[in-house]
Amino acid sequence: MSETSPRIVIVGAGPAGIRAAAMLVEAGLHPVVIDEGQRAGGQIYRRPPAGFVRTPEQLYGSEAAKAVALHALFDRLAEEGRLTHCAASSVIALQEGRLHVLGEGGVQLVSYDRLILATGASDRVAPVPGWQSAGVYSLGAAQIALKAQGVALGQRIVLIGSGPLLTLVGAQLVKAGADVVAVLDTSSRRQQMRGLWDLAARPLVALRGLALRARLGGRYHAGVTLERIEADGKGVTAIRWHDAGGREHLTLCDTIGMGWHLRAETHLADLAGCAFIYHEQWRQWLPKTDEMGRAGNGVYLAGDGVRLLGADGAEIAGRLAAVACLADLGFPAPSTASDLRKVARLERFARGLARAFPWPTAMARALPDDAVVCRCENVTAAALRQSTDFGGSEANRVKSLSRVGMGRCQGRYCQLAAVELIAAQTGCTPGAVGRFRGQAPVRPAPIGAFLRDG
Amino acid sequence: MITAGRIVRLAEFGRAQLHFFLDGQMCSALAGDTVLTAMLASGHALRKSELGPEWRAGFCLMGACQDCWIWQDEGPRIRACSAPITEGMRLRTTEPESWP
Repeated sequence: MSETSPRIVIVGAGPAGIRAAAMLVEAGLHPVVIDEGQRAGGQIYRRPPAGFVRTPEQLYGSEAAKAVALHALFDRLAEEGRLTHCAASSVIALQEGRLHVLGEGGVQLVSYDRLILATGASDRVAPVPGWQSAGVYSLGAAQIALKAQGVALGQRIVLIGSGPLLTLVGAQLVKAGADVVAVLDTSSRRQQMRGLWDLAARPLVALRGLALRARLGGRYHAGVTLERIEADGKGVTAIRWHDAGGREHLTLCDTIGMGWHLRAETHLADLAGCAFIYHEQWRQWLPKTDEMGRAGNGVYLAGDGVRLLGADGAEIAGRLAAVACLADLGFPAPSTASDLRKVARLERFARGLARAFPWPTAMARALPDDAVVCRCENVTAAALRQSTDFGGSEANRVKSLSRVGMGRCQGRYCQLAAVELIAAQTGCTPGAVGRFRGQAPVRPAPIGAFLRDG
Repeated sequence: MITAGRIVRLAEFGRAQLHFFLDGQMCSALAGDTVLTAMLASGHALRKSELGPEWRAGFCLMGACQDCWIWQDEGPRIRACSAPITEGMRLRTTEPESWP
């Protein structure tokens, strides 16, 4: 790399970040890849620590070949010194072309000419009364525990929510020998049928999903209503729910995994000044980009952090963002026609998923007054509703009055439900309620990390 | 309360054993465990909620929710889901009497 080469920083080493890095290396550039993981791969293709022995087939099932290819590609580029990998490092702030990167040695400043954000997604969760208890996890957590640690998070597990991960995690846990006692889907079979036409855009993936569902057998229930997670001093003891026929069930368990598909991780895009739109299909705010991932001001977005297309879509989006970046820098850029066609097919499939496994709007809006909305600050639905009576419906006003979203997760796990509650209470749309402003640092950082000698 | 844990090990049994201290009691873990895995293999929760009566045991396991910050006898707090357990680590489920 010459002295005058543009400095391109990629945040995230999942499928999108790895593909973006590889595309830039191919063009003769030397990107810097900053990632929170100890090893590159991201969450869905997360690697266990060194010394673990399960095969990729055991870890990633039908996606093993894709995972292995991405890991091998990244490791090779890192070994050959064609990129710089900052592992176990969090970008906690960005300002005027410089990233504040928190790693083991404290906070370092990393400057960039172009920035590719491939920050991925986490579970989109909705509060269920009792969800603050020990033993309630996200579906992603249950999957990470199995993949990266070889453990089940409890002895009797119930999975709740809706979306592809619900079935996938259930099937993976069952296969690994965990005791999954029930898989409760809030989407009805009729609702799931409504997504079928668009899901047919990827017939093999849809069929694989049905095959995984079949493995769950009688554990799987569609169209459930979730009432309450019961707990004692030690943690979760049971879940109360109604089946599609209205019959009440009390299922004993010590662990819950919950999630309704994904929520884009957008805090850094927010700090980078990206514009956002409320996306009705995903019931969340997503950063605005062009079809290549250009967000303006030298910032590019790729993967589930901007469009929730899953790992295959993220690989393509990573390539597209890198191509856009190269083109904008005046480098010759490869053709993107075939990738853009693939994205269109993935978009149609994603529409099908959104329709078949919707966000539980009615459940979130009807949350009982005594239930906790914000797990960080233990803010109840009542406190949030009351704050709208004298503060109005604007999201950040509600945040400052009720402290919902002001905790350590910075609203990542309560914001979407909070917005539904505010919208229901004040009679406006979620889009009109607005979104919590992202604040630096986007991860907690010890004060000592900012201190410098002398 | 620290007798049997919440977590069930399903694979990767062939790793070296190591020891750490949880609220002063010696516990065992396997090399490659995160602090969260190690603690929940020995106990049912990680820490007491600061704002409610309940215990907490982590939530997202990917460093996003910040539910799993726990105390050590000495030194800074750590995020249990992402920190690896090390030999001799001294961890606690409640905050120390005096801040370091």
